[in-house]
Formats: sequence, structure tokens, C-alpha cells
Amino acid sequence: MSMDETFTGNHALMLEEPLIFEIGASDRTGVDFDLAAVATDELAGLLRTAPIGLPGLSESEVVRHYTRLSRQNYAIDLGLFPLGSCTMKHNPRLNEKVARMPGFADIHPLQPQSTVQGAFGVIDELAHWLITLTGMQAVAMSPKAGAHGELCGILCIKAALEARGEDRRVILVPESAHGTNPATAAFAGFAVESIPATSEGRVDVAALKARLGPDVAGVMITNPNTCGLFERDMKAISNAVHGVGGYVYCDGANFNAIVGRVRPGDLGIDAMHINLHKTFSTPHGGGGPGSGPVVLSAALAPFAPLPFVERQGERFVLIEEETAADHHAQSFGRMCAFHGQMGMFTRALAYILSHGADGLRQVAEDAVLNANYILRSLEDVLDAPFAHSGPCMHEALFSDAGLAEGFTTIDVAKGMIDEGYHPMTVYFPLVVHGAMLVEPTETESKTALDQFIGALRSVALRAKQGDPSLKSAPHFSPRSRVDEVLAARQPVLVWREDRAGE
Amino acid sequence: MPRYFTEDHEWVDVDGTAATVGITDYAQVQLGDVVFVELPAAGKALSKGEPCAVVESVKAASDVYAPVSGTVTAGNDALEADPALVNSAAEGAAAGGGWFFKLTLSDSGELDGLMDAASYAAFVGGL
Amino acid sequence: MRYLPLNDADRRSMLGVIGAGSIDDLFADVPAEARLDGPIAGLPLHASELSVERHMAALSGRNMAAGSVPFFLGAGAYRHHIPASVDHLIQRGEFLTAYTPYQPEIAQGTLQMLFEFQTQVARLYGCDVANASMYDGSTACWEAVGMARRVTKRSKALIAGGLHPHYASVARTMSKYTGDTLVEMTPNPLADEGAALIAAIDGETSCVVVQYPDIFGRVTDLRPLAEAAHAAGALLIAVVTEPVALGLIEAPGAMGADIVVGEGQSIGVGLQFGGPYLGLFACKDKYVRQMPGRLCGQSVDATGRRAYVLTLSTREQHIRREKATSNICTNSGLCALAFSIHMSLLGEAGLRQLAVINHARATAAAAALNAVLGVTVASGPFFNEFRITLNADAREVARTLATRGILCGVPLGRLYPDRADLANDLLVTATETTSDADIAVLCTALGELLS
Repeated sequence: MSMDETFTGNHALMLEEPLIFEIGASDRTGVDFDLAAVATDELAGLLRTAPIGLPGLSESEVVRHYTRLSRQNYAIDLGLFPLGSCTMKHNPRLNEKVARMPGFADIHPLQPQSTVQGAFGVIDELAHWLITLTGMQAVAMSPKAGAHGELCGILCIKAALEARGEDRRVILVPESAHGTNPATAAFAGFAVESIPATSEGRVDVAALKARLGPDVAGVMITNPNTCGLFERDMKAISNAVHGVGGYVYCDGANFNAIVGRVRPGDLGIDAMHINLHKTFSTPHGGGGPGSGPVVLSAALAPFAPLPFVERQGERFVLIEEETAADHHAQSFGRMCAFHGQMGMFTRALAYILSHGADGLRQVAEDAVLNANYILRSLEDVLDAPFAHSGPCMHEALFSDAGLAEGFTTIDVAKGMIDEGYHPMTVYFPLVVHGAMLVEPTETESKTALDQFIGALRSVALRAKQGDPSLKSAPHFSPRSRVDEVLAARQPVLVWREDRAGE
Repeated sequence: MPRYFTEDHEWVDVDGTAATVGITDYAQVQLGDVVFVELPAAGKALSKGEPCAVVESVKAASDVYAPVSGTVTAGNDALEADPALVNSAAEGAAAGGGWFFKLTLSDSGELDGLMDAASYAAFVGGL
Repeated sequence: MRYLPLNDADRRSMLGVIGAGSIDDLFADVPAEARLDGPIAGLPLHASELSVERHMAALSGRNMAAGSVPFFLGAGAYRHHIPASVDHLIQRGEFLTAYTPYQPEIAQGTLQMLFEFQTQVARLYGCDVANASMYDGSTACWEAVGMARRVTKRSKALIAGGLHPHYASVARTMSKYTGDTLVEMTPNPLADEGAALIAAIDGETSCVVVQYPDIFGRVTDLRPLAEAAHAAGALLIAVVTEPVALGLIEAPGAMGADIVVGEGQSIGVGLQFGGPYLGLFACKDKYVRQMPGRLCGQSVDATGRRAYVLTLSTREQHIRREKATSNICTNSGLCALAFSIHMSLLGEAGLRQLAVINHARATAAAAALNAVLGVTVASGPFFNEFRITLNADAREVARTLATRGILCGVPLGRLYPDRADLANDLLVTATETTSDADIAVLCTALGELLS
């Protein structure tokens, strides 16, 4: 047996774990029931008799299975996630405690409204914070994720135009935008046209103004933008778009840079989605659930989707389809069943109350400080295309210029894994070649930042010197580079007994 | 049989009114490993320049544009089981090649606007 | 502040490295008129954990928790007992605070879990493949209609009257933008709508969308509907809002459904006042490239070891942009994990037993209610939810009983406010959490109120 091989395939604390289908069995279970299995009636001949193929395990085996799996994941609780525009900040455990209070976790969405006034109170209080922090007039709380919120904002714009009797077909989107922006606009039936950027990485306002006309429904702007820069001309852009009768949608993914320091409403926007799982610390959970409430201007508020919570005197009322006709007849409709991501509202509100107005302002300041610290600490070793044009906001952008022949951004990313980090965002935004977008957030200490900077410096230098070991990185992670081509050419999406051993 | 090229890196072999269409070797290098190809159905009418097929790599999906107008007669079924043919034999128009589909030309005059092999090579050289 | 590790000395030092005099210099790009010079007025300042907990506990205390009273609500959200291990495991930091598994080398925990989840969902639903989850059942249902349009190249969707009205409302809203025409059958709890649905299918139908069990709790055989849909070249989409039912009754995929979608919150997730929930989406192999949402696939790594990775990503918006199969950007990962853990604890034997017990509790509740004067229980097979008719307005009854600490069910008037003919109807659900005492309290209270 060589140094690398063990009988189990394990390496000390790094434990391999089979699939539940390989270790469980259909007749095993980790749950006890009080009532013995009783005979059942025929149920109209629809009884399910054939085996389903769902393995069970005892409780101890289940705990071990998932604990072992969890240890193959990187997480914020382990270390810095430098992912641009993802705002991977600390997820406070108070959030989890609050979300699990029985009065929040164990209430049904259709209970009589008198029995859930506290829940409506949470929604109303959070809504008030979001409106006040952004300087807007209303908020749609029901969208279930950021992209869902974008859709909500665009559909409000579409409804507003229809109410004016106008059929505008075009939405303008900067070429640096995240893919959800044009996808959302296209879903809503708009044609998407690109706005170029200046050499300073910002929207080319002259080009935008030149394109404006009566066929433009609006623009979708991210501010700060996906290059990590504040759009200085945002107000001028809003004025110009309003001037031709269009609307301004703001992608709020980067709100962490300006929360408490700038109100997007002051910059003339009409709608902005807020990612509670970014700026407001609700957990990423390995890929959702998120929550994407959308703040709205007075112009768009009448079109917000159902349902929403309203204060009427001393009590809260949920406005659904039934009462919408009274005063919200122009709502564009319903985006999802029930009321929205209540479990995320409680978490976000706990976070917001913890920080308060002063703490949230400090959040933005520390987030911007940390990003600029990284930018200036690394601009001598990595090309930073916009470093000359002034400070960045909450994220620093580097390109792959200067890497050795044959070495690319992906090699830097994989090298960072061996250093104990999740890689930064790579190849986005598309406007920078081999982009590396780094957002540290405010929850990183100076020590943590210095270690990250040192690691990225080391990997970058190896990439510039053409260190061949980078090409096969990562070496120390539970798995090395995965064959994504094979996965796409021959998709295997479920376990099958007849493929056991593959 | 003459082969023509477009600036979008498609090639088309023409034999009378029968044409075979694929993407060039340059294109497959740019795309990387091809994982899936979406082909137009037999019988579909195409207009020159219209997006008519999609070639997917892991990270991107690229449109393929009809180099000429006509009606599709057959798609290359071999690509479904083995999309890697686009990488290994992009410019192969026969069985075992990475060609995409065959069509019947509706307007051979359109061929005048396409490049020949030498012009295409020069075009690629300037990219 | 407990979440902010920088102190003033750190900040000064870092500003020095940056070469800026103050933090304001870093916000120089913000126009002067948009700069706020201090914390926004009118909002409270920071607070301790103790203080926040008290504030939230007070709000929580103003809600009537389902577990504290006799509880009989369903209609798309179901209360089941979740084993203690589930919540502990999902709160492990490596699951709770992990990112979307785009870097598979350091996300095999999430990816393997998603592969197991996809398999569990596909098998539960009787389908070939399933995705890594969607936001919830209602958006999954809408996405299925969109997928049927892509597959059949038709745009007329036939919507059964038994579909949850919120789901139908979402479909109605979204269809305005995609050009789908919805043909909606009138909800009718008194008659089986199978024949009417079959009669309504024609050569332009893209799909038939039917809920199983339906909004009134009814269970019907989907096979005739599947055959009729396929004969016309349309897809059958089955919507399952109570997955525990599939531990007892036949899976829609086995009855011919092409796409099966639904809500997974029953298993592992909890009521949570409507969200976050868990959209489940499964379909036949041949449609996999038209399926929306994230997909986890099996592959190998550079050393030949089995490894999992997100795949078929070119369907998604961050790559296809304008041409994506949908604009969905995420799944409901933590909820999928909770579902999968609970399902692993149950196993097939446990799920079957759980389903049998649910049906038995509901049958007992129905029998007891049927004996109450003023209550008529609807006939016909059901799983764990059934309809009763009162001799009074059901919403009024529900509100009155709530003041007495009884959550008696979902009045149909809440779901169909403009249907006077349904105003006296109530949907009653019983699960393994429903005790004999609960049923007795409900029956006694109803008996008093309705006499």
C-alpha cells in the first residue's frame, strides 16, 4: 500500500461517503411512529404497490452520512468567499434562532388573519426598513429570489406602460450586466439592446442618450455596477430615461456597497430588487432559498403584485385577489402561491435590527474599505483595468493580463482552492478579459484580508511565472477538476441500480 | 464540389441544389469541447442569416446561422450520440463527419456573397 | 458591533495602504447631493442580541402557532412532524453557509446531496429525472406549462378546476407575457372533471394541468387523462402539493404524466407561513434538455474518482441570456437538503407507514365530523384532506373558532371569494400530528357553533 492509499479510501479526517442508495435499504427507517401500521382502504384502486426505490437508514447512519458530506463543502463559516456581487457575509446565528420561533416557523399561510398579526408585523416592519433605506415609496415583498424580483420590477414597468396605453418594445442593458437582466427583459417580451461602457468602466451616457426614444421602455442598470464602480451619472441617466417616458430598473445585487450611505431613490430609480441573502445576511444554503423584495417608486407602486400586507388602523391586513379590486386594481397579478419568503423576512429583520441605521452605514463603509484595501494591495501583481479611474466600491476587478502564455484565470481560481479559499468570481463581467471579481464584504477582519491577499499574490505570481502545477490544481481538495464535458455529453442525473459501479 | 464560407464560420458544400452545412475548424477550436448540438428539423424552411441551429459547449451556447436559404432535408443524427464529432471532424461533409444538416437551396445566387477557402483563410488570419 | 471585526486602528492602517485620507474619499464617485451625511433619520440604531430577541419574540407571540392548538389546515401547505436531526444537520455551517456549488472540487457535499435529492424526487414522482428544485410548487407549475410549450410548440394549456387557485393565478399572470392561452375549467367540487377535461383536449393543446390529490382533496385515476392527452399530442402535467400522499397512492409518472411538479414542504421544511418552500420538478428522460432549473450530474474527476457537478447549464439565463429556458437563477438548496434528510430518515418503509397513518387520521376525522349536526362530509376517496359543508358561512366559523384557539381548516371562501356556492365549505386536513383529542375538540366546538 502506497502513502496515498488506505483500505477505506479515507485520508484521516477527509472521509469518502457513498450514496444513500448504496448504503440504505427500502426496509430500513430512522423514524418511529406511535401508531402501528393500520389496514387501509382501497382508495379507488389507486394504491401504490410497486417498490418506490427510496432507501432508509437509522438516525445515527443518517447523521453520519450528512455530516461527512458537509465536510466536503467550503462555507462562509470556514473562510472568506471572495465572490463578486454575491456578498458572502457572515450569516448570524441569531437569524436562525429567530426564524425558528414557533410563532414564525409553525404558522400556516392561510390561518385567519387575526391569528397571524405578528407575522404581518414582521413583513410590515421589514418593508418599512427597505423603503426607508432605499428612499422609495413602496415594496413588493413576495418575489422568491433575486431573479424573481427582477422579473417583478420589469413586469411592473410593463404594466405601467400598458396602463398608459403604450407599447414600447426595447429595454437597454449595459454590456457588463449579469445574464439575468437580459433574460428577464426577454421573458417579459422586450427586445434587449446593449449599452456600451466607457474606458472608465461605466455606462456610456452619451451612447445611452443617443439611443433613447419613444420605443424605449426603460433601462436596467446595476449600481454600483458589475465592475465594482459607482455610476457617477446615475441621476442624469434616470432624468434622461424619464424624459422620454421610460422607467429605470436598478439591479440591487450590489446594495451592500451603499446601504446607509446612499439612497437609490435619490438617484431617480423606479424599481430595485434587494437580495436579502446578500446585503441582509440570510444564508446562501448551498444554492437558495433566496428572497428578492422589490422597492418601487410612486409611479410603479400601483402595479405591484399580490399579495401584500397593509396597515389599516390598529391591525394588519393581507391584500389578496379578493380585496385587490378596491384599491390595487392595476396589480399585474400574482407571482407565487402564498405570501413570500417569511423565513427570510424574520432572518433579515433580526439582522437589520441588530445593526440598526448606524450599523448598516458602517457595513457599507467597511465593505468598501475592505475591497479598496484588496485592490491597492494587489494592483502591482495583477492587472486592475479600472484602478486608475478612482476608488472601487465593494468589489475589486482584475484581469488576466500578464499571466504566462497558456495560463488563464481558471488556473488562478483553482490555485486558490489549494490555498484554502473558494475562488473569486471568474469570467464575469464579460467586458473584462479573464475577469476576476473580488468582493470581501465587511465581515472579514484585517488579518483575514491580509492572509487572502498573500494567497492571491502567491497564486498570481505562480500564474505569471507559468508554474505548471497550477494547471492541474486543485491538488488538496476532496476532488480534483471534474470532467464537465462528460457530464454534459452523457447526462447522468439520477442513480440507477443497473449503473451501479460506474 | 465547391465549398463556401461565411463570416460566422459556417461552411456550405454545394452540389447542384443540394447543400451540406457545418461549422469550420476555427469555430470548433473557439467553442471548446462540444457537448450538444440542436439541429433544425427536416422540412424546415430557412432564410439566409437566420439562426437555425445551436452548438453548445459546457460554458456557452452559440447560434449557427443559415449560410443560404432553403429547406432542410436531413440533420446529422450522428451528432446526437457523439457531439464530439464537431471537434474531431468539423469540416467533414461525409458520413462520420461533423456536418450539421443538409438542405435544398432555394436561391443559388446567394452563394455569390460567400467567401471561398482562400478568402476565408485570410479573413480568419485577420481576426 | 458583533458582526464587524474591524476596529478604528485597522481602518486607519488600511486607509494608509490605500492612500486615502478618510472613508469619504472612497465614496467620492457619489454625487454630493446623493450623499447621506449620517445614519438615516427615523430608524433605530444598533441593538444587542437580547434586545432583538425580545422584539422578535413579542412579534412571534402575537401569532397562533399550529402546534399549540388543534390544527386542521392544508390547501397546499401541510404540517408534519420533522425529526430533530433534520434541523440540526441543515444548520451545520458547511451546509447553511455554503454557496451555489459552481466549484465542484469544494462542493461535493452539496452536489452529492443534490444528486441523491434528484433521485429521490424522480422515484417519488414515478419519473425518469428530476431537477435540483425550484422556488416552490406554484412557480414549478408555471415553468412546466412553459416547458410544454417548448416541447409541443403549441400554446394552449388546459388547466383543471382542481388546481390550487394560487397556482392558477400565477399561471394566469405569467401567461400574459409568454403568449400562452389558458383554458381554465371552472372549479367544481361536486363533479368529477375527468370527462370534461378529456373532451376539452384538441390538436392545439400543449398540456393538461391537473392536481393530484386536487384542491378539494379528491384522488382520481390519471391514466385516462394521460392517454387522451397523448393521443392529441399534448403533455400531461400533474401537480402534487402533498408528496406524503405518494407513499400510499400511485405516482403520477407511473400513470403517464409527462411532467410532474409540486410542493415539497411537507417533507423536512415545515409551514413557515408560506416560505421558503421547495418546488419539485420531474419529467421523462427525452425532455431533459427542456427542463428549467439547476441540474446536478454524475461525472469523474481528473484522478478518475466519481464526482458530481452542475450540468446542462447552457439552458440557464446566465449563459443563454435572452434565450434561456427560464429566468430562474437559483434553486431552494437548503430546503432540498431538509427534504432529502427527512426522506433518508423515513426511507420507503417509513414513508409508506407515514402515509397510511395520515390517511387513517383523516378517515377518523371525517367519520367523527360526519356525526356532527350541521356538518356534511363530501363523499369520494381522499388522502389526508377532505371537504366538509357546514350549515353556516365557513369563513365566519373559522374566525370564531380561531378566537377559541381552534384552527379548523381552510374555508373555500378564502380561496374562492366570489363563489357564493362554496361559502359554506371547509377543507379539513389531518396528518400524523393530529390527535384524537384534537378531533374531539373540533367536533365539539363545531357542534356547539352550528346548532
